[in-house]
Amino acid sequence: MTNPTTTTEASSSTGSAPAQVPAPDEVDATSVVRKHLLDLDDLSVAEITELLDSAEGMLEITGRDIRKTPALRGKTIITMFFENSTRTRVSFEQAGKILGADVINVTASASSVSKGESLLNTVKTLQAMPIDALVIRHPHSGAPYFVSNHTDASVINAGDGTHAHPTQSLLDLFTVRNHVGDITGKKIAIVGDVLYSRVARSDILAFQKMGAEVTVSCPNTLLPDEWKLGSTLGDETGFGGLKLACNVDEAVDSADVVMTLRIQQERQDAGHLPSLREYSDRWGINAKRLALANDGALLMHPGPMNEGVEISSEVAHGAQSVVEEQVRNGVAVRMAVLYKLCAPGKSTRIGGGDEAQAQN
Amino acid sequence: MTNETGRILLSQDDIRRAMTRISHEILEQNRASTDLVIVGLQTRGVHLARRLAENIERIENFKPIVGTLDPRLWRDDPDVASGQPLLPSDIPTSVDGKPVVLVDDVLYTGRTIRAAMEALLDFGRASRIQLAVLVDRGHRELPIRPDFIGKNIPTARGERVQVRITEIDGDDAVVLGRES
Repeated sequence: MTNPTTTTEASSSTGSAPAQVPAPDEVDATSVVRKHLLDLDDLSVAEITELLDSAEGMLEITGRDIRKTPALRGKTIITMFFENSTRTRVSFEQAGKILGADVINVTASASSVSKGESLLNTVKTLQAMPIDALVIRHPHSGAPYFVSNHTDASVINAGDGTHAHPTQSLLDLFTVRNHVGDITGKKIAIVGDVLYSRVARSDILAFQKMGAEVTVSCPNTLLPDEWKLGSTLGDETGFGGLKLACNVDEAVDSADVVMTLRIQQERQDAGHLPSLREYSDRWGINAKRLALANDGALLMHPGPMNEGVEISSEVAHGAQSVVEEQVRNGVAVRMAVLYKLCAPGKSTRIGGGDEAQAQN
Repeated sequence: MTNETGRILLSQDDIRRAMTRISHEILEQNRASTDLVIVGLQTRGVHLARRLAENIERIENFKPIVGTLDPRLWRDDPDVASGQPLLPSDIPTSVDGKPVVLVDDVLYTGRTIRAAMEALLDFGRASRIQLAVLVDRGHRELPIRPDFIGKNIPTARGERVQVRITEIDGDDAVVLGRES
């Protein structure tokens, strides 16, 4: 698996001359100008917090009668989806449009990709037109990283293979934070198809980074080899400290958040599961299992749900489910990301100087 | 609170007196308007707006509606590198047909106010928009003029006017310093 990283285009320190280079977590979120969002692994806690804080402001805008701002007026965002998606694509499109950008959607089946055009040539073609951001979903891990090396536009990873889905993790963090306040020390149970799940990887990384305790539970066949019981998860991988539970009840027990993942039926030909029914019996989240979690624990699912497989219909639409809220928050979080990456810089500002005060 | 090297232009008492005077002036200008809406610009303007509303309630026995506005997305010069997150705007009423007073701490280029006026339009058609600022430091880049001013402070561009208010900074003061 490739390990794409978010590139830091420029690092301009505000004010006094930087005598030494600070460690990543000491870098003030204010001093980093990012161009791409490919993964959350190199974002500092301060940067993630700033995005989540901004999403609060964005959420308020999505609830207005007039949902339109001129923030990204004149910017063009292309969403390029090489895999099917409803919520992520619509969510990015809506986020871009509320911010005033023009959003053009490209899908693999309706583009020259279906004629055999390579990813590189597709990107070069789009790059030849005036575009500011490329939102890309691709079945191959690392594709957005590859694309980011061949375009001047901001690249935003909307899910790549089994690698990462950073905006999903941000919206999951945002959703949990809105319910529990501080995420630090909260117990998160992630249940299901971890092997194929970029959501699981990104969420484990994101929640651990923000100080939560994450426990994963899934059939052994759906656990990545490098995570198998007994093997060490080094801190440098971002997965250090991850707990594994053989029995789903152990993972769910006194959890604050139960997140269940979709069984990717299109990827089950490899014989990971004897049958969906057996999976559902042993790993599905139902009312009885959810009752093991803390009172008022949140039930999350990144969607689309296979009701009756990994989640019972009863709890999927029950009082503890925040599935629809996740979708709603997705727009706000993606607005925060697009604004942060695509809004014009401060180059046109008068006289320079103190940010908070000079903007009067 | 460190005073750095700045010179204190307005003390806590000066600020209190200026806010009281502005409250009276707002009432004078909006005589019969019990539907007055006072909108503070994030972040320090919000607290100044609350103080004006409290003063007005004390003087005239009605409480104006207080709203908050972060006009950042309407700016012509957004500064995403500032690391300041966007803050929620909250105006708990339609401003249709009502007089609105925008409140900010420092008036400088006027660009924030232009953005705020445009952002405000999405909340309804106000009968009138007025502007109250604690400090007017000059150097306008747009044809914008405040209706209520705490203090006119002529400055050089290289100078920095820092407004500190108790709710955020621990004390009330207006300090003039150099750009760092």
